[in-house]
Amino acid sequence: MGRIAALTRNPAMIALVAALAITGCASKKTPNSAADLGLNGAGAATPGSAQDFTVNIGDRIFFDTDSSSIRADAQTTLARQAQWLNQYRQYAIVIEGHADERGTREYNLALGARRAAATRDFLVSKGVSASRLKTISYGKERPVAVCDDISCWSQNRRAVTTLSGAGS
Amino acid sequence: MKSILKPLLMVAAMALGISSVATLPAWATLELNVNKGNVEPMPIAIPDFQGGLGPQISEIVTADLKRSGLFAPIDKAAFVEKITNPDASPRFEDWKVINAQALVTGSVSKEADGRIRAQYRLWDIFGNQQMAGEQFFANDANQRRVAHIIADAIYEKITGEKGYFDTRVVFVDESGAKNARKKRLAIMDQDGANVRYLSDGRAIVLTPRFSPNRQEITYMSYESGQPKVYLLQIETGQRELVGNFPGMTFAPRFSPDGQKVIMSLLRDDGNSNIFAMDLRSRSTTRLTDSTAIDTSPSYSPDGTQVVFTSDRGGGSGRSQIYVMGADGSNPHRISFGDGVYSTPVWSPRGDLIAFTKQSGGEFQIGVMKTDGSGERILSSGFQQEGPTWAPNGRVLMFFRDSGGGPKLVSVDLTGRNEQPIPTANYASDPAWSPLLE
Repeated sequence: MGRIAALTRNPAMIALVAALAITGCASKKTPNSAADLGLNGAGAATPGSAQDFTVNIGDRIFFDTDSSSIRADAQTTLARQAQWLNQYRQYAIVIEGHADERGTREYNLALGARRAAATRDFLVSKGVSASRLKTISYGKERPVAVCDDISCWSQNRRAVTTLSGAGS
Repeated sequence: MKSILKPLLMVAAMALGISSVATLPAWATLELNVNKGNVEPMPIAIPDFQGGLGPQISEIVTADLKRSGLFAPIDKAAFVEKITNPDASPRFEDWKVINAQALVTGSVSKEADGRIRAQYRLWDIFGNQQMAGEQFFANDANQRRVAHIIADAIYEKITGEKGYFDTRVVFVDESGAKNARKKRLAIMDQDGANVRYLSDGRAIVLTPRFSPNRQEITYMSYESGQPKVYLLQIETGQRELVGNFPGMTFAPRFSPDGQKVIMSLLRDDGNSNIFAMDLRSRSTTRLTDSTAIDTSPSYSPDGTQVVFTSDRGGGSGRSQIYVMGADGSNPHRISFGDGVYSTPVWSPRGDLIAFTKQSGGEFQIGVMKTDGSGERILSSGFQQEGPTWAPNGRVLMFFRDSGGGPKLVSVDLTGRNEQPIPTANYASDPAWSPLLE
C-alpha cells in the first residue's frame, strides 16, 4: 500500500508504470516509435520530448544489491536510451545514481556514484558523447519507493537518466 | 543562537571548604570503577537545590547522571532529612537508611551583577564526609550549562573519568515524507535541549562533524548541485568549500589537531579514494589509490593512523574496515567477522574503533580493538548506523530507523544502557562535540 502511494506521488513512476502496462497489452516487447504508442492511446508525448524519453524509452535501470554491474535487462534499456539520445542531440544528460537503504549513508553515496558512472560508460560505449553526460550520486537520500522491504529496495537501486538543456 | 555559542563566562571551580565536618581520612570510600564489566548503578540522592532556580538545575544534574546508567537517583519521596542548608553537614544516618551512597546538595542564587552563582557539595554517605564542593558563576543564558558542568564534576569525582554532559551534538534534522525528506543541519545540547538550526533545508546536507578545537563543523551539502564538502563556522554562519576537486567530495572528518579535513573524493571511473587537505596551506594529500570504494576515514587520536571503509577485498564480504598510516602506508584489513562493516570511528581514548555492521538482515553498532580483535556488538536493529563517540570514549550515539524515520539513540560500552535522545523531528548523523571550554 505504501508502495502504491509512493508511486502515485511520483510522476516519473506513474509514467513508467503506464509504459509497462502498455507494453504488456500490446503483445510486443518494445514499441518501435511513439506513433505506435499513440495508436494505443498513451503516446501523447511528442517524439523527442522529455516525456517521450521517460514514457516510451524508459529513463531508469535497476541494479542488484550492492552491485553496479549493468544487468541484461538494463542493457536493453540503455541501448534504447542511447539510440534515442543519439537521435535527439540537443539534450545534456545527468545520470543520477541511487542506492537502497540497506547500506550506510557514506558507502551508499559511493555506491550510487559507481552506478551512475557504470551507466554513463555504457551509454558512451553505445555512441553517446561523453561531453553531454554528467553524473551525480544521491546515495540513499532520494528513494522513490518507501516501504521497508525488498519490493521497494529493488526499485530504489537505480540509475536515472535525466535530460536537461534544450527542449522538453 | 548566541546563547549556546558564547563561551560560558565563569569563574569556575572555586573549591568550597569543608565547613562543619570534622576532618576525616583523606581517601574516598566512594568510587565507581567503570572499567569493571558489570557496573551496578550507584544510588545517589539529589534533593532540590536551594534558591529559585535551584530545582531546575538539580533536575538537569539528576537527569544527566541517570542517563549515564552509572547512577540510580533515589526518589525524593524517600528522603528522610530535608536539606535546608546545603553548606552544612547532612545527617549521614538519615541518608544511610535509604541506602544513598552519595548525596549532592547545592544552591543557586543571583548575584548583584545579574550572574548566576551555583554551588554544590558532594557527600560520601558511608564515609561520613564531604567529597567535593565547588561553585560556578555564569551568565543567565547558561543555566543549563551550569547544571551539566556540575553533573560532569560529580561524574568525574566518583568514576575518576572525565564526564561528557557539557557537550553538544550536531546532527541532521529530517522532516517530511521519506521520498521528499527535508534535511537541515542542527545543533543541540547532548540531552536534546537548546536546538538551533544551522541550515535552511533547501539543499540536502549530510554527515556534519565537529572540529576538535574550533566552533566549526565540516559536512557535505548539495547546495551547488554537485555534492561537496564544506566548512561552517557555527558562530558566524560563514561557509566555505573545502578544496577545489573536480568530482563529488564526501565523508569528511577533521584531524585530531583540527588542521586537516580527511574525506573521500570520487574519481572519474566511479570509484572513491581518500584525500586529506591541510586547511592552512590548502595542500592535498592522496592516501588511497584503488579501484574500489574507499570512504568513511577517521583518524586515530594521535593522528598517526586512519581507519576507513573499503570494498577492495571484493567477494561476499563486500565493505570491510581497514587501517593505514596517516600517509596512506600499509593499509591492512582489520574486520573479519561474518558481515559487512562500515563507518569506523576511532575512539577519542584511542583504544577502540566503533563501527556499523550488517549481518543476518540486521544493522548492528559495535566496537573492536584497533587490531580488529575483541569485537563486541552493543546494539542491534532493523536499520541503524553511524556511531559517534562521547568525548570520554564511554558512550556512543547513533541513529536508528524503526520505521517512519530515524531517531537518535545513545548506548554505553556495556551495551546495557540504551537511551533515546529526544528530538522534535526525525534526526540522523549525530556527531558529538568535544567537552566545551
